[in-house]
Amino acid sequence: MTERILFTNARLLDPASGLDRAGELLAENGMIAALGPDLARDGLDEDVHIVDCAGCCLAPGLIDMRVQLREPGDEHQETLATGAEAAVTGGITTMAMLPNTAPPIDDHALVEFVGRRSREIGRAAIRTYAAATKRLEGRELTEYGLLAEAGAVAFTDGVRAVADALVMRRALSYARTFDLLVVQHPEEPSLSAGGTMNAGEIATRLGLSGITPAAETIMVERDIRLVEITDGRYHAAHVSTAGAIDAIRRAKARGLRVSCDTAPHYFALNETAVGEYRTFAKVSPPLRSEDDRRAVIEGLKDGVIDAIASDHAPQDQESKRLPFASAEPGIVGLETLLPLSLELYHNGSLPLLQVMRALSQRAAEILRLPGGRLKPGAPADLVIFDLDRPWRIDVAALHSKCKNAPYDGRPVQGKVTRTVVGGRTVFGLDA
Amino acid sequence: MDSGAANDPFPHRHLLGIEGLSRHEIAFLLDRSDVYANQTRGAEQSTLLRGCTVINLFFENSTRTRTSFELAAKRLGGDVINMQAQTSSIKKGETLIDTAMTLNAMRPDVLVVRHPESGAVQLLSEKVDCAVINAGDGSHEHPTQALLDALVIRRRKGRLEGLIVAICGDISHSRVARSNIYLLTNMGAHVRVVAPRTLIPAAIERFGVEVSYDMKKGLANADIVMMLRLQTERMHGSFVPSIREYFHFFGLDYAKLAVAKDDALIMHPGPMNRGVEIDTEVADDIDRSVIRQQVEMGVAVRMACLEALSREARTATAP
Repeated sequence: MTERILFTNARLLDPASGLDRAGELLAENGMIAALGPDLARDGLDEDVHIVDCAGCCLAPGLIDMRVQLREPGDEHQETLATGAEAAVTGGITTMAMLPNTAPPIDDHALVEFVGRRSREIGRAAIRTYAAATKRLEGRELTEYGLLAEAGAVAFTDGVRAVADALVMRRALSYARTFDLLVVQHPEEPSLSAGGTMNAGEIATRLGLSGITPAAETIMVERDIRLVEITDGRYHAAHVSTAGAIDAIRRAKARGLRVSCDTAPHYFALNETAVGEYRTFAKVSPPLRSEDDRRAVIEGLKDGVIDAIASDHAPQDQESKRLPFASAEPGIVGLETLLPLSLELYHNGSLPLLQVMRALSQRAAEILRLPGGRLKPGAPADLVIFDLDRPWRIDVAALHSKCKNAPYDGRPVQGKVTRTVVGGRTVFGLDA
Repeated sequence: MDSGAANDPFPHRHLLGIEGLSRHEIAFLLDRSDVYANQTRGAEQSTLLRGCTVINLFFENSTRTRTSFELAAKRLGGDVINMQAQTSSIKKGETLIDTAMTLNAMRPDVLVVRHPESGAVQLLSEKVDCAVINAGDGSHEHPTQALLDALVIRRRKGRLEGLIVAICGDISHSRVARSNIYLLTNMGAHVRVVAPRTLIPAAIERFGVEVSYDMKKGLANADIVMMLRLQTERMHGSFVPSIREYFHFFGLDYAKLAVAKDDALIMHPGPMNRGVEIDTEVADDIDRSVIRQQVEMGVAVRMACLEALSREARTATAP
């Protein structure tokens, strides 16, 4: 029997078509069947299920293109199931996890494992990157063709850069064989080694060794040269510096197949958040200067930065309650991705549709995933949120197993009220 | 380098590569090869190279090419000396040019040279008075292999012009691929190269070939499927992640062959890596695989090359 759900009384937001108006959306058997200001009711069965959105925004479900889940290997920090639960709480309907698990995802059997678990869990869809090099060691390429056939969305060494220029050249070149994407953690390790926070006045005052923004710029600029000679597809993850954003702006202007994302902490915070050695503000790459933070917002404005990803990186207390240099980097972000991104709208930096484009449509396009837009035939992966509702982030209430976020008590606006995956409600605020 | 009369069908002193040969010169060598291929062996011992000395100078291991040249020279009645780098003074540190000068002093008529470095055979040819045949230099050229491949194709298909030839595998490092590309494009065949991008050299499309990263596209409607050997040192993560992946996407099996013409021929310069670039059944398919004929034609082609390059020596030694 056909399953029909009618979402009424919604503000429909579709960045791909520029749609922003009151209307309704009909989902049928997990797919979007129709949408518009006033759908005809004649053909509908009596048993159509009606969801009243109460004037809330209805947009394509968020697609988070960079998360770390700790399964297999470190399930005490996060499992695929807890990650998927946190994701739907945050309005995320699809996420792409990094391969830096234990063992790392460098074999097609592990890609298939993630796919199977994702279907069993049945919350947000979990897709995975495969390792760009065997054991994430940066030396030998993995089986890109077979891994892609198994379902890997792209290739990356996760939180490590593919440092060797020849290996990166071969990765881009070999990936080009199958028209696959290589995602880089853009940080030149010989420059960042030993560093713990952004190089500058604050690091000097705290007596912490710094990571120069040039570590990021140099790697992005190098990679762009390699894209040029390989005709590869390249994505720079979590860019944080004005220099890297400039380099990508120029590469795009030259028509190279280059894209990038950033994470909320790179526009919501700057290096001052480290304060007096707050390890919850330790991330990789580090929080940067105010000038860099502004450059990230500029990059989002002019579209050079394609996507916003949570960069979700769960770390337990034992990994964070340490002297700053010894603490692990990372911030959990699945449940704060939307409200922190909506700050850009509420403070007048970006139009609403542009924020939503960076949260769904662009990631879907870059990873060639089916969602990310409201149109008939697309999967009914939806987020419904109250755009203006004010609330305070409470890290203790996060569904993620780890609570390492520097946002406790931060007032934000915009709350997810319902998340729908394949037409099925997987999260309801009042449910 | 040209030395013959205006109507000389092969006015070259050496055979260093296919590049630079005209269509007529290639056709001439193939025609002469055809004559030798049709001769019944042992009917009458040829005396064409009587009194001529051919030195096989191999700086790289080879069984089939060296044996093939040796047989060719002997069938033409010539004297053959085989020199392997391992047993010669090269091992003792002599430079390539010193070796060339030493051999030159022995007044050979033809030097057949294989060397692991591109350009080494040409360098040697500039220092000696005799004819030099390149039996493979680095990743540069292997002209007699391309000629024998062309001979096999021509004898089976009746022509080269207009045929679709897919050359598959390690194009980057292959001298066989380069010589075949020069020869086949010159003779009017349509050549495709098919490999993962890591094994496709820069600017190869400037050689007049079509590039494909997909066997199903590259083999579509092909008349000839030419497989290349993948060196083991390239298989484990550097150019190709694994043998498993390489065979899955680029190894020739019946599924991939199905898109080629029904009567497509399968070729391989040998030695084959069964289960890496070619499926065993396909390699041994007596209807499609002409891999053994390639070896057979090798001798005829080398006889034709020795004949063409020894004319000066023969006129000088003629009674």
